[in-house]
Amino acid sequence: MGLESLRCKECGAEYPLDASYVCERCFGPLEVAYDLGGVDPAETKRKIQAGSHGIWRYSDFLPFSEQPPAARGALEPGLTPLIRAERLAERLGLREVWVKNDAANPTHSFKDRVVAVALAKARELGFETVACASTGNLANAVAAHAAAAGLDSYVFVPSDLEEQKLLATGVYGTTLVGVRGTYDDVNRLCTQLSEARGWAFVNVNLRPYYAEGSKTLAFETVEQLGWALPDRVVCPIASGSLFTKLGRGFEEWRSLGLVDGELPRFSGAQATGCDPVAEAFEAGQEICRPRQRPETIAKSLAIGNPADGPYALELARSSGGGIDSVTDDEIRDGIRLLAETTGVFTETAGGVTTAVLARLAERGDIDPGERVVLYITGEGLKTLDATKESFHMHEIEPTLEDFDARVREAAGSAA
Amino acid sequence: MAVTVKIPAQLRIVTDGEEAIEVEGATVGEVLDAVFARHGDLEERITENGDLRRFVNVYVGGEDIRFRDGLGTEVSDGDEIQILPAVAGG
Repeated sequence: MGLESLRCKECGAEYPLDASYVCERCFGPLEVAYDLGGVDPAETKRKIQAGSHGIWRYSDFLPFSEQPPAARGALEPGLTPLIRAERLAERLGLREVWVKNDAANPTHSFKDRVVAVALAKARELGFETVACASTGNLANAVAAHAAAAGLDSYVFVPSDLEEQKLLATGVYGTTLVGVRGTYDDVNRLCTQLSEARGWAFVNVNLRPYYAEGSKTLAFETVEQLGWALPDRVVCPIASGSLFTKLGRGFEEWRSLGLVDGELPRFSGAQATGCDPVAEAFEAGQEICRPRQRPETIAKSLAIGNPADGPYALELARSSGGGIDSVTDDEIRDGIRLLAETTGVFTETAGGVTTAVLARLAERGDIDPGERVVLYITGEGLKTLDATKESFHMHEIEPTLEDFDARVREAAGSAA
Repeated sequence: MAVTVKIPAQLRIVTDGEEAIEVEGATVGEVLDAVFARHGDLEERITENGDLRRFVNVYVGGEDIRFRDGLGTEVSDGDEIQILPAVAGG
């Protein structure tokens, strides 16, 4: 078992394992190819279980020929809680719902997984400066992991991002660049910059490696379910990279016999204000019509031109799942629903995912016997504005009388 | 109308290393045909059945041509047309 090459997902052309991401023959995306022959499932399970308490326990399935040096460093992401959400399931009329709370990572989103892998690769390839085009969570992760590794960093974001996400990036001493434009404008600029500068753009020229980090969410799900697969996953879609790599992670372990059973149904979640993949799914198309001006409170999902859109569509269709989009009001309700029933406070992207689960349940798309895993990819404290005015605070004088008059009456016997 | 077409690093192996190519044309389609006339190998790498492949982005003055008229998008003298991979980000 080991690494083979970078391979084009479109035409299969092979390239050396360096900092490249585009096929020169057909312009398709490159992906890391592994030789997974000769794997003994029992031995591999033992090795994983004896491994680190985070994503490096899955090093055999990550794009390194040797244990990456970052494995010894701080900020190791992964092994986030998988919580049985009984009250959420009950509220939705479902039997078995699990919440994978990936806000419980070092910088509070799933992006720590992909960045840990990309930065380890950047160091292996000899880069001294890392960079990214981000909708916010990636910015936090790149700035923090670069600080931990002692690398210089440049972080490019749309300038109108949530204040919390800007603050939680700038604090790490990165060079934070707010671009006046959409995420797709930022992405185009970074694609141009990646040619002109000798930097490791984690989601441009290192994207084939970076994306592999998302497979660890699939591996953890299997391990935490007792080496079993869910029947359905509900997962947000921005570029579609997380969604498709979750699929690849499950497939790799199925093909090796580390887990048995069918691939789960893949239900994708987008916001109505930026839903190119959901629209293409609904219309039966194979490619997405890009969005020029996304308008949604779910800014972390506001990618108008999703790079992995075609593959996300294929996966949703081939697995018997689907892709839905929800409005800003449904997103706010989703945040509340998750918080009230599980104690997990998620950002707007998690509101999208929870709202789509509620939609699927309401529509009767989910068989009551299904085991469903809901992927919560980010932390509520990063998008606080979305919860403003969603509840009332009782303001009182510090007296028993005022408490009785204003709170007990309003809240009834519960207070 | 003379416009400049900027070639991404991944495609310069078929443009003899040229980064920017100046050609004539009234639309993006005509401009690209003029570029293909000079560098024939470029055509099959970025187009398929007369249309752009699905992972190719083309911008005129920084704007994605899919938000205008696609290959029929009109160009003006001095415009810069940029070809970029569509497989980054997220």
